[in-house]
Parts: sequence; structure tokens; C-alpha cells
Amino acid sequence: MNAIILSAIWGVLMMFSGIFLSKKSAIRNLAIAGVALVLLVNIAEMGHWQLFQIDTRNMLVFDRFGLLFNTIAFASTLLYLLLSAKDVEEVGTHQAEYFALILFVLCGVGIASAFNTLLMLFLGIEIISIPLYILTGTDKRNLKSNEASLKYFLMGSFSTGIMLMGIALIYGATGSFAVENMSHQLEGLAPLLTAGLLLLLIAMSFKVSAAPFHFWTPDVYDGAPTVFTSFMATIVKAAVFIAFIRLFDAAFGVNLADWRLTIAFIIAATLFIGNITAVFQQSVKRMLAYSSIAQAGFMLFALFGYSAIAKEGILLYAAAYSIATIGIFAVLLKVKDYTFDGFNGLGKTHPLLAATNTIFLLSLAGIPATAGFFAKYYMLLAAVKSGAYLWLVFFAVLCAAVSVYYYFRVIQAMYFKEGNPQVRETSSGFRVVLVVLAALVILFGLFPQMITSHLYF
Amino acid sequence: MIAVLLILVPLVAGLGLFAVKSAGGARSMALLASILVLVVSLLGLTVMHDKSHLVYDVPWLPMFNSRFHVGLDGMGQLLCLLTAIAFPLIFVATWNNTYANANRFYALMLLSQAGLMGVFLSMDALLFYFFWELALIPVYFLSSIWGGEKRIAATFKFFVYTFVGSLIMLVGLLYIYFQAGESFSIDVWYNSLHLSADKQNWLFWVMFVAFAIKMPIWPFHTWQPDAYEQAPTAVTMVLSGIMVKMGVFAMLRWLAPVLPDGVYLWGDTVSLLCLVGMVYASLIAIQQDDVKRLIAYSSIAHIGLMCLAIFASDRSGLQGVMFQMFAHGVNIIGLWIIANTIEKKYGTRKLSELGGIAKVDAGLAIMLVIVALGNIALPLTNGFVGEFMMFNGVFGSQVTRFGVLDTAVAGICIILSAVYTLNMIKKIIYGDTNARTAAGTPTTAPVLISLSVIVVVIFLTGIYPKPMLQLTSDTVDSILRYMKTSI
Repeated sequence: MNAIILSAIWGVLMMFSGIFLSKKSAIRNLAIAGVALVLLVNIAEMGHWQLFQIDTRNMLVFDRFGLLFNTIAFASTLLYLLLSAKDVEEVGTHQAEYFALILFVLCGVGIASAFNTLLMLFLGIEIISIPLYILTGTDKRNLKSNEASLKYFLMGSFSTGIMLMGIALIYGATGSFAVENMSHQLEGLAPLLTAGLLLLLIAMSFKVSAAPFHFWTPDVYDGAPTVFTSFMATIVKAAVFIAFIRLFDAAFGVNLADWRLTIAFIIAATLFIGNITAVFQQSVKRMLAYSSIAQAGFMLFALFGYSAIAKEGILLYAAAYSIATIGIFAVLLKVKDYTFDGFNGLGKTHPLLAATNTIFLLSLAGIPATAGFFAKYYMLLAAVKSGAYLWLVFFAVLCAAVSVYYYFRVIQAMYFKEGNPQVRETSSGFRVVLVVLAALVILFGLFPQMITSHLYF
Repeated sequence: MIAVLLILVPLVAGLGLFAVKSAGGARSMALLASILVLVVSLLGLTVMHDKSHLVYDVPWLPMFNSRFHVGLDGMGQLLCLLTAIAFPLIFVATWNNTYANANRFYALMLLSQAGLMGVFLSMDALLFYFFWELALIPVYFLSSIWGGEKRIAATFKFFVYTFVGSLIMLVGLLYIYFQAGESFSIDVWYNSLHLSADKQNWLFWVMFVAFAIKMPIWPFHTWQPDAYEQAPTAVTMVLSGIMVKMGVFAMLRWLAPVLPDGVYLWGDTVSLLCLVGMVYASLIAIQQDDVKRLIAYSSIAHIGLMCLAIFASDRSGLQGVMFQMFAHGVNIIGLWIIANTIEKKYGTRKLSELGGIAKVDAGLAIMLVIVALGNIALPLTNGFVGEFMMFNGVFGSQVTRFGVLDTAVAGICIILSAVYTLNMIKKIIYGDTNARTAAGTPTTAPVLISLSVIVVVIFLTGIYPKPMLQLTSDTVDSILRYMKTSI
């Protein structure tokens, strides 16, 4: 609750800061302070220290799982802003508004990770989505940015419609918006409820860009200003995943087995399309867009093999994936040429950027001693534990092997090829944060319990 | 403590070397660190060989029941000793090679040593997997940065091959983890795992493929000649001398005792693969003109025999495998050192362009003959002990009806091995000198020193193999005990 209210208030504050603060750095620092504050009050709430006593009539439930995810998401946002806040300013002239929109998204994240009724789920997802439509189109003079924004908005609206339709059907079947009622009614799989759930599944798959509902992702991620792509592809995506998991934790409940085949199909398609298409990309930015689809395929295993392990795993995955991808995007922002060749020779000219980038890429590829390994490991563990569809697990690891190809292409360009990359200047603060990110990746890769154990105490 | 130090010393030294600026300093420090590892390893063998020193066990990942459990048994001692001996030898033998960014080169070499030690020491399946993958990363960078012309493609092929294998193995490990009551501990896997033959039937391949790629067993071998050829020689030595032993080792530790029924069921199939691979590799080796590729194919043939002996499930055969792991590691490093020296000095690796080196460089020629004879298993050399025991095991195997046939075909490969090795000797050192070799000078001291050490080891263990056989006999007994439970 703390975080939801504070982030909304701070968002409004940011909107007006553009009027009262003339210096860019003041606005930037205000935004960073805001996110830091939101993070702090959220951590405080994990220690049962609540700033606001609001009776939500059980529409929002602040459990350990949601709060811990919030902590991960807000901390990632803080690191993201520390790395890239200056790049946010370079997108256009309305930096105060950009920061405001980011804070509104965080408010939506807070709701989406705590909803207990479908109404709140809808609200959370929409509060997340609408600022993103705007942020995608902030590079106003760039045709690609405009196209991406429009495409995202149109497709997003459709999926919102589908989601509402699903919610309406479920309401018709159960007479309630509360998620806990769904599983009670689900025993016989009433047709109305099944149809509603299917529509919800489609809408959520769209939001996390799972195949075959992924077509918007590459264009939107590629067209949006890179600094916002970084935010969209990491924190926002992870938040929607948490909502996804929460929803189907309640909805599938006892009938998970009946849904497994559907989810298995989505996972297989997502992994296949994401990984295979990423192989053929020439631009690192677009490759990362497809890689985010591929990673979503792995995250869906948490849904497939839903259990305590999967719950721990998805949190670790969210952290591992967010940290690594934010880091790669931060480096990408400094490189002027986004093609793979633009990275040629980076290892010689900028050893620190190249070394940290390598660690992030290894993490995404799932090499041991990085957080990405345990993230994938958890997902496989959950899937193997469920005992169903072992072929899917083998298929997934083969796809993970494919992913090595495109992640390592960047490493090969940086270290094994000659070139003179055009790189913008980096401040010492930027480099420090980058090293911190890399250290976190290794730390979580050796001791994943540093995140997962917080789920229990 | 010894077990931890074996990993920690190269790890810390390796990380530290990234900060060293001067190339010469990095080289000396790397040699020093590797000698320190050797000292630790010898200490573990001689003075501090009671269990309290050799085993280290602390909780690591409580939610998976996974522990940081490292320990040395006989087989671990042997392979750690091989790793510990190999690195100083490699550093000395390539003392005069110059590398761009030498500090990073030596740092990555030491990191790969740490990873290899971890593989040989792990007593926890998850930890084993961790090191199994980690050992690969430094080698990937070493080969891709400092390798030959086609290094990027060749190394990447190698990386992808082994990575696919290990990921499939990971699924197998996870499956066994749940079957073993959510435990990764090797004791539980050995003693309280009761998998039905059906499950072992498919699990066998899930695990076997990863190890077969690493060894490599035909038809999973195609990465190997390219990777050996393109990698810098120091890395090729690590790859062929030690890394392929990871596959043999893993079969003995994580496959045979864990899935005895699977090993029994598929024994003849795998033996067939080994034999095909041995004949195939030997025939190709005969055709090779490139010294590096010749040695690479000869390695495939030798490793095939080890795999054959493992699946014979015989005491003598397994002892032979243990012994041969060490012997083959030492011998092939010797061959690589010679190949590297020749390439550096005469600017070619082609047999057709060499000749008459005995006239200009007698020292190197003598070393080449001894090491090569070790490689074709002449009596009094270490290769003879290992191969004789393995043949004995395969011949007398009680788990297959084809023991005699297997021995016969494998025996032909030994003859073929003599053909290509002696042919290599003939073309390199005998005959008349040509324009290229006439200007040859005697080999420098560092190379001769490391080769002398190898020659001493070849004869010492070849004439008096008993201490080494005693070292591994307990491990062999325990492996056989678990393998026999199924029969």
C-alpha cells in the first residue's frame, strides 16, 4: 500500500516539477529520490510498517510474494534510473513528464502484484500500459517511434478488450470478481468460466509477449527510444508476469493439469519463435527484443509447473533477467551503432563496458555462477518436479542452447573482432553502477537464496 | 582443506593476475601459482592424506539440499595430480611464447585449472554441474582470443557442442534429484537411489551424451580436430591432456555407479560406437599431413579404448582406465609440446615439409621418440601398463558376449596407432634435411626441461606402476560394487 500511494503522489509531484524546477539535474534527482523513497517504504512494509491504513475490502492483498517482487522491481528501477536517467533527458524536452510516467508505471506495478479481484488486476495492468503507450512515442520526430506507439496502443487496446470480455464471462459464471471464488467454481470446468479464463490467458499472454501473441514486441521494442525499451522489457514485463502467476495460481488451482497442454503449447511456441528469430537479427536492439520473448518462454514455466519452487523461481528470474537486461541496454545506449558490428573491438577500447556486458550476456545465456543460471535452473526444476511433459523440458534446454548463439555474437564482436567502436563518454558514476549490477549478477548466481529466502522470513 | 585449496589457489591467483600489468611478471606468477597447486596436491597425496584434510563439506544451497561438498578419493587424487602437474609443464614448455595481453592469458589459464579441479573434486551433483560448465568458459575465451585463423568458428562449434550436452545432462541430473528424494549428494545417489530399468534406459543417454561429447566418442567428435587445431598450443594441451578426461571421469563417477542398469543395457551399443570411432580415427590419422590434426585423431582413438574398457565393467579394465587417464594426459601433452616447438621453429606443421630434424636437433628427436613410443604403448612405458590392463579387462569382460571380438578390433587400432605414430616419427626426424629444416637449432632449455620431466614420468610409472594402481584401487572397487548390484 505504501508504495502504491507514494508512487502516485510522487508521480503527480514530478509532473509539476517541470514548472518549478528549471535545472535538469534537479528534476532528475527528484525522480531518483522518489523511486528510492518508494523502494524504502516498500521494504518497510515487508517489515509490517505501514504508512497508510486503508481498508481495501480485500481487493488488494499485500502478501510476501507481491511485496518481495515490488522490492525487486523498485530496486531495478532505481538502478535503471541511476544508469540511464541522463539518457531519459535526451529523448525530448519533457523530461519531468517522462519521469512522472515512470512513477505511474510503478504505481501500476504495485497494484498488479497485489490484486485480489479481477477489477484490480485490470486497473493495475491498464495503469502500467497507458504510460507505456506514451513513453513509446516520446521520440516525436522519429517515424518509427510514432509507428511503434500507435501499433502498441492499437494492439494493447485489443488485448484490453479481450481481457475485459474474459472478466465479464468469469463474472457471469461466478457472480464475483474475487479471484479466490474462481477456483471453487472450477471443479466441473463450467463452459462460461473456461471461456473467460481462456480469454484472460490470451490477454495476459499478449502483455508478456508470449507466442503466438508476440507480434507487436519486436516493432515496439525496436521503435521506442532505447532507454524506455530497457524499462519496458524488464521491470514492466516482470510485473505483468507476477500478475499472470497470481491470477492463474488462484484460477487454475486444482485444475492445473487440465491447462497444462495449452500452456505447454504457448511455451514451446514462444521459445521456438523467440530463439530462432533472434538468431537472424542484425541489430542488437532487435535481438534483445526477441531475446525478451525467448526469456518469457522460460518464465512461463513458472505457470506450467506451479509450486513453491516456481514461486521462488519467478522472483529470481525477474531479478536476474531485469538486472542483466538493464545493464546490456545501458551499454547499448552508449554505443552509437546498434548493429553487432558496432560492438567490434569494444573489449580493447572500453574494457570495463565490455567485461560487465559479458557478464550480463552470460547471465542471459544461463551460464553457471551468474544469476541467469539459477533462474533457468529453478524453472527447469519446477517443470521436472511437475512430472508432466518431459519433452518440453528437453525442448527448452535445446532452445537455451540456441540462445547462446546470439548472445555470444555480441561477446565475439567485443573481444575477438577488430574495430573502432563509436562510444559516448561515460561518467564514473555510470561505471560504478554498472560494476554494482555485474557484482549482483555474480552474487545471485552463487547464492540465489539471498533473494528467495526473503519469501519466507 | 587440501580439497578447497586445490580450487582456491588457482582461482585467487587467476583473478589476481588480471590486475598484473607486465607480461613477464604475469608469466612468472602464473608458474609460481601452478607450482603451488602442485605442492598442495602432493601434500594431499603424501603427508596430509587423512580424511579430515581431504574432504570439505559446508551447506551451500539449503533449498535444494545442495552442499559445497568437495573431496578427494583415489580417482580424484589421480586426476588432480594430473591437472597439477600439467599446468606447470605447460607454462614452462610455452615459456617463450608471447601473447598479447599476457596477463589475461595466464589469468584465464589458471581459472580453467580451478574449474577442472572443481569437476574432479565435486561430491555434489549440482556443484559438479557448476564446475563442469565453468571450466569451459575460460577455455572458450582463451581459444577465441589467442587461437589460429579460424578460431572463432571452431571454438564456437566446440562451445555449442559441449553446452548442448551439458544442458541435456542438467535435465537428467534434475530428474535423478527428484528420484533420489530431492538430494544431490553423491552418497545418496550411490546408495539409496533405486531407479527402474525403464528409467535408467533413457536417463543413460541423457547423461551419456554430455560425457561422450566431451571425450569425444564417435559420432560426437566433430568439434575436436578443429578446436585442437585452432586453439593456441597451451590451450590445446589443456583440452586434450585434461579436459577430455572430464568425460572419462564423469562416466566413472556420475554414470556407471548411478545408472548401473543403463550402463549394462547399452554397454554393447556404446562399445560398438567406441570401436567404430577407434577404427575411423586411426584411419584418418594415417592420412593426416598436419601434425596437430594427427595427434587430435590419435587422441580420439585412445579415448575410445578407455570408454570401451569402462563398459567392460571389469576390475582390471577399470584400473587400466584410471592409469591410462594419467598416462594419456602426460603423453599427449608431451606430443603437443614437441609439435609446438617444431611449428615455432620451422614455421610449419606439415609432415611433408619436415624431415631430418635428428641431424640438427638430436635432443628433440630423442624426446619425440620416447613420448611417441609411450603413446603407442611399448612395454616399459606408461602407455603399455594402461592399455594392457584395459585389453585384459575387455577380453575377460563378463557383461558382454563380444569381449573377444572387441579386443580383436581394438587390437587392430593399436597396430594402426603404431603405423601413424612411427610414420610421423619417420617423416619428422629421419631422412634428409630440406631448406626449411636445415637451419634448425637445438631446442631451448625450458622445452627440454618439461619434456625431460614427462619422459621421467613415462618411465617411472611404466616400470613401477604399483603406487599409482594402489591409489585408485579403492575407487575401482567401489565403482564395481555399485555397478555389480544390477547384474
